[in-house]
Amino acid sequence: MNFEAKINKFIEILIDYKGYVKVIEGLENTLKIAILGLVIGIVIGTLIATVRVIPKYKRLPRVLNSVCTFYVGFFRGTPMVVQLLLFYYVALPLMGINLPSVSVAIAVFGLNSGAYISEIMRSGIQSVDYGQTEGGRSVGLSFSTTMMKIVIPQAVKNILPTLGNEFIVLIKETSIVSFIGAADLYVAFNYIGSNSYEFMVPYLAMAIIYIVIVCLITVLIKFMERSLKKSDRRN
Amino acid sequence: MIDVINLRKSFDKNEVLKGVDIKINKGDVVVVIGPSGSGKSTFLRCLNCMEDPTGGSIIFNGVDIADPKVDINIHRRRIGMVFQHFNLFNNKTVIQNIMLSPVLCAKSDRRKAVIKNFFSKNKQPVQSVAQIKKDAEENARKLLARIGLEDKADAYPSTLSGGQKQRVAIIRSLAMNPDVILFDEPTSALDPEMVGEVLELMKELAQSGMTMVVVTHEMGFAKEVGSRVVFIDEGIIKEENNPEEFFTNPQNARLKEFLSKVLM
Ligand SMILES: Nc1ncnc2c1ncn2[C@@H]1O[C@H](COP(=O)(O)OP(=O)(O)OP(=O)(O)O)[C@@H](O)[C@H]1O
Ligand SMILES: [Mg+2]
Repeated sequence: MNFEAKINKFIEILIDYKGYVKVIEGLENTLKIAILGLVIGIVIGTLIATVRVIPKYKRLPRVLNSVCTFYVGFFRGTPMVVQLLLFYYVALPLMGINLPSVSVAIAVFGLNSGAYISEIMRSGIQSVDYGQTEGGRSVGLSFSTTMMKIVIPQAVKNILPTLGNEFIVLIKETSIVSFIGAADLYVAFNYIGSNSYEFMVPYLAMAIIYIVIVCLITVLIKFMERSLKKSDRRN
Repeated sequence: MIDVINLRKSFDKNEVLKGVDIKINKGDVVVVIGPSGSGKSTFLRCLNCMEDPTGGSIIFNGVDIADPKVDINIHRRRIGMVFQHFNLFNNKTVIQNIMLSPVLCAKSDRRKAVIKNFFSKNKQPVQSVAQIKKDAEENARKLLARIGLEDKADAYPSTLSGGQKQRVAIIRSLAMNPDVILFDEPTSALDPEMVGEVLELMKELAQSGMTMVVVTHEMGFAKEVGSRVVFIDEGIIKEENNPEEFFTNPQNARLKEFLSKVLM
């Protein structure tokens, strides 16, 4: 089969055999898992990073800190495929919980990126001058209010490029969720390939979709960075 | 108003304050001087527990705020602090800098009042959130007008000169209606031509009756505005007197030596 015939075959499966439905579903799941995973990850990561920078004279912060160390160690120390399989086939069944595989994927992606984002966020918080915290505390704001209103917004601005990278990593990592039966882009194009006994064009198309998504995100991040810079500019 | 009793502070094994006693009364302008590394900043920062004292008491309005069980945030609302490096919130505009804490504190008080009303029979009136914001903004604009920076209300701190930043920092602490304001070398990071405007504002504050504790190397300010001058050296107060006596008739040998160096 020459290349043109392969493309025709691909288009035939895509359009006539409703391959596009699978592709749209896959795209939807991929984005859902990556975006919701990132949101959950940012929330968890910010909480952990905050615990990490609380002064440690008292007992409670020290205990929380150990819990966070264990958490981050686990999620950074094992492959994400392993985490997916562990949650889907071991942890949830043991707890008697039955969840759709996409939901489990979202949860695992959130927990996993939370561990990575906590480290990113911690370095972001540490990049903000301690004087900002002192300024907030001196006018009577509590530690958590100072973090939320003053330090974390500035930290986020500093780490936005790194956070964008994390999002791109998540998008790409979604290609493993078929391990637990979630229908992502890989599953969709694999379906088209198996129906046409021809994998060259489907996988090429899949690669192009990933690249386009990543480029779009890159542009979006650049745009956000520029609009957040406004407090740095002299006018 | 502030009664400091046998205040001690160590960083690990390094004992920086070795028992400081001082009484600060309403309307006092206490100027603290001393050699570099003698513990002036540490002393000042202990007064609002920015550094937790390792011993002694700080009785502020009748409460020992050195006690770790005290909710320090409530008391810090009444103790302003002005830093060498301004510490304005970089992510907020000038007016947001000034309004932030007054609004948040009033909102948190309001929440408490609402909860209390819920459980009690005689309901107290509570302000609306909109009213809280309106009052805070009005007050902030009044304070900005006082330092002639109304037109900078919506500017970010990074666009201000050092002198402007420090004056905004001063009215930011003023916006909380504090009983006392602590100043840690407020003019040391400024270009010489901007020192005057900040000292002028501080002098104005002093004349309006504000209680102030000022760590500074500006001997002119100490003489002219101070009601008392304190010499801290090696972690204790070595001498304390009215400015007149302090500068013309120093007793302590280390102080004499220090003055001969700085007054040359
Ligand atoms: N956070 C800290 N951790 C450890 N040591 C500290 C800390 N802050 C201050 N010190 C030490 O305490 C001593 C007194 O410092 P402090 O800043 O109070 O001096 P100072 O009188 O304000 O000096 P300067 O005129 O240079 O500002 C110094 O030896 C300093 O190294
Ligand atoms: Mg100092």
